[in-house]
Amino acid sequence: MTSIPHTNLIPSSAPSRGKVGMACLIFAECWFFAGFIVAYLFYIGKSSSGPFPREVIDIKPVLVNSAALIASSFTVIAALRGLARSHMGVFRFWMLLTIVLGSYFIYGTAMEWKGFIVDHHLTISTNLFGTTYYSLVGFHAFHVIVGLCLLTTILVLSLMGHIQVVRDHLRVELVSWYWHFVDAVWIVVFTTVYIVGMRP
Amino acid sequence: MTTAPIHPITETSVGFGSRVHSWVISVDHKKLGMMYIGAGLIFFMLGGIEATLMRLQLMKPLNDMLTPHGFNQMFTMHGTTMVFLVGMPVLLGFGNYLIPLMIGARDMAFPRLNAFGLWLFIFGGLLLYYSFIGGDGLYGMGGAPDVGWFAYSPLTSKAFSVGHATDYWILGIMVSGFGSMTTAINFMATILCMRCPGMTFMRMPLFVWLMFTVGILVLLALPVLTGAQVMLLFDRFLGAHFFDPQQQGSVIFWQHLFWFFGHPEVYILILPAFGMICEIIPVFSRKVIFGYPLMVAATLSIAFISLGVWVHHMFSVGLPPWLNSIFAASTFLIAVPTGMKMFNWIGTMWGGNIRFTVSMMFATGFLVMFLFGGLTGIMLAVVPFDWQLSDSYFVVGHFHYVLFGGTMLAVFSAVFYWFPKATGRLLSEPMGKWTFWMFMIGLTLTFFPMHLSGVLGMPRRVYTYQPGRGFELWNLISSSGVPFQIVGVLLLVTNIIKSLINGRVAGPDPWDAWTLEWATSSPPPSENFPKIPTCTSPRPLWDRKHPEDPDCFYE
Repeated sequence: MTSIPHTNLIPSSAPSRGKVGMACLIFAECWFFAGFIVAYLFYIGKSSSGPFPREVIDIKPVLVNSAALIASSFTVIAALRGLARSHMGVFRFWMLLTIVLGSYFIYGTAMEWKGFIVDHHLTISTNLFGTTYYSLVGFHAFHVIVGLCLLTTILVLSLMGHIQVVRDHLRVELVSWYWHFVDAVWIVVFTTVYIVGMRP
Repeated sequence: MTTAPIHPITETSVGFGSRVHSWVISVDHKKLGMMYIGAGLIFFMLGGIEATLMRLQLMKPLNDMLTPHGFNQMFTMHGTTMVFLVGMPVLLGFGNYLIPLMIGARDMAFPRLNAFGLWLFIFGGLLLYYSFIGGDGLYGMGGAPDVGWFAYSPLTSKAFSVGHATDYWILGIMVSGFGSMTTAINFMATILCMRCPGMTFMRMPLFVWLMFTVGILVLLALPVLTGAQVMLLFDRFLGAHFFDPQQQGSVIFWQHLFWFFGHPEVYILILPAFGMICEIIPVFSRKVIFGYPLMVAATLSIAFISLGVWVHHMFSVGLPPWLNSIFAASTFLIAVPTGMKMFNWIGTMWGGNIRFTVSMMFATGFLVMFLFGGLTGIMLAVVPFDWQLSDSYFVVGHFHYVLFGGTMLAVFSAVFYWFPKATGRLLSEPMGKWTFWMFMIGLTLTFFPMHLSGVLGMPRRVYTYQPGRGFELWNLISSSGVPFQIVGVLLLVTNIIKSLINGRVAGPDPWDAWTLEWATSSPPPSENFPKIPTCTSPRPLWDRKHPEDPDCFYE
């Protein structure tokens, strides 16, 4: 053993396994959404009967909704910054605001769906637009809800005093990665459904 | 670091119940890996029984041993089982067992997630097989799924798949697919974060490189399949129209989604086999692997190209000629890196001091059989040739040469190579040689004539054939290969059980190998390495055994 030169022993500067794990999860989720986005794009304008997107979609509330979700990405960054400085009050405030903004997004989606279902009689089985719209937007909303559950869990744990900066900063940061991912997917979904899909 | 065991539950608890309990609650990557392989072996026998029934049915023309419906169930369950419940778990099981040992780690990055993945796979498999009992649904029709392993729509729509057989197919595969995805996440995190000091990327054993690539492919392909299956579930239960032509949905869209998953899946099944061969051939040729960096580059380019070849499964659909041409070209392209690997393996053996152990025999058999399957694959990439032979027995012969002659022979080679590491006992070599020849004879007898009956025009997935069309002889020969394969499997199982009881004791390094898994005892302690090893070259154990001539001098 002694004669082996240890000069070429390169110390491993490995990334955190949590970060790699979360990055891989997000990578896989991207491909999951890709299937539904391709389905939406593929079936634009192919519905054999109405209601069609231009007849039912009202863009204004969606814009407010989107603003709320995008803003929540910045509030979660502010929360993390508060946590890094051990300002638990600041952390909790921004976490709460993030959850409120995310919940408002879900509320807005629910209102949009209510309008579609009650006023326009558009369900998942009505036509291809309904099929692709509800599955794409629905899966995104499902991911927002998962994110909200994670954020709420962190907030409750923090209120109970179970969040320690040194131990938990990375964990909260990973949840924030997921939240940013949900946000980024929304930008793609928004472009697909409310811009590309609205062409006559 | 002390040598105190990390897991307090030990083998010292003697009772059978507590021993089973210790396996069920285990999060140790070695136990999980062995459970993956063991469960895969059980499903392998189930899939083999289904194949045997099909071969018995096709032994003579106008046979009525199986009903047409029963035959459909058999080929569906055989294909689904072999791909999702044998190929993937066995290969992921080897990855699970070997990756931490090869990179000098104590366990995977997420041990509990690892156990979760195993149990998802097992319950997914049970869910699929429960369809034999519960698939009837309310209508008293169905049983096991009968839509083929790629479940083309509109065959899977409510109108044509009454009962719940197809739903069991969807959910069983989805559940075990989630298991595979968690395992892939674990592989990536383990390989990126848990390597021992000195284990740089270009010193990793090629098996680890190959499993890393497989991890990427699993994370990329399986979510697309899961998404497609969710769409199918929506179609079946919520009345959605993804694959419903009556509402302008497209049945071809399912094929695109399925094969976008399906072709990377083929590489998920063969790349780990390449990795095993990359470890086994050098050790038994007493030469270092020829062209290590080229092997890595070829692996990554295979993975990359595999994303853009899926339409070659759909040449006979009637897509535009320019699209077919592009995908034919990309399919030819994939033969280049694969050919590089082939030549590198032969280059490794060339001039080596070859020891023909059973493991090496299987590895050599792999080279021959996989080359044959690869060549018929290139033939099928020619669009007009594919138009003639698509959905014929030629295709069946082709992919059995690749998946049985390729993947399974590599797995058998790996079983003989790493069994002593996992159990501390060597498998019997004479019995292993019989196993090898039984499989080689059985494989050739069964799958070679399929090319001929396919060229003569015999379609796949049809439960019988008319006499007088020239199919009889080839089908009879195909069926006559089955007993050889059954004997092969039984010999292997007997060998494993016998060697577990009174096999020759292996010692830590029976093959005089070079990689880190042989640096620890056989079987390894639950913490793998009493002291975390260091790595000075691609062959750290060689360096340790030959301090006067270490490999790192030549790096």
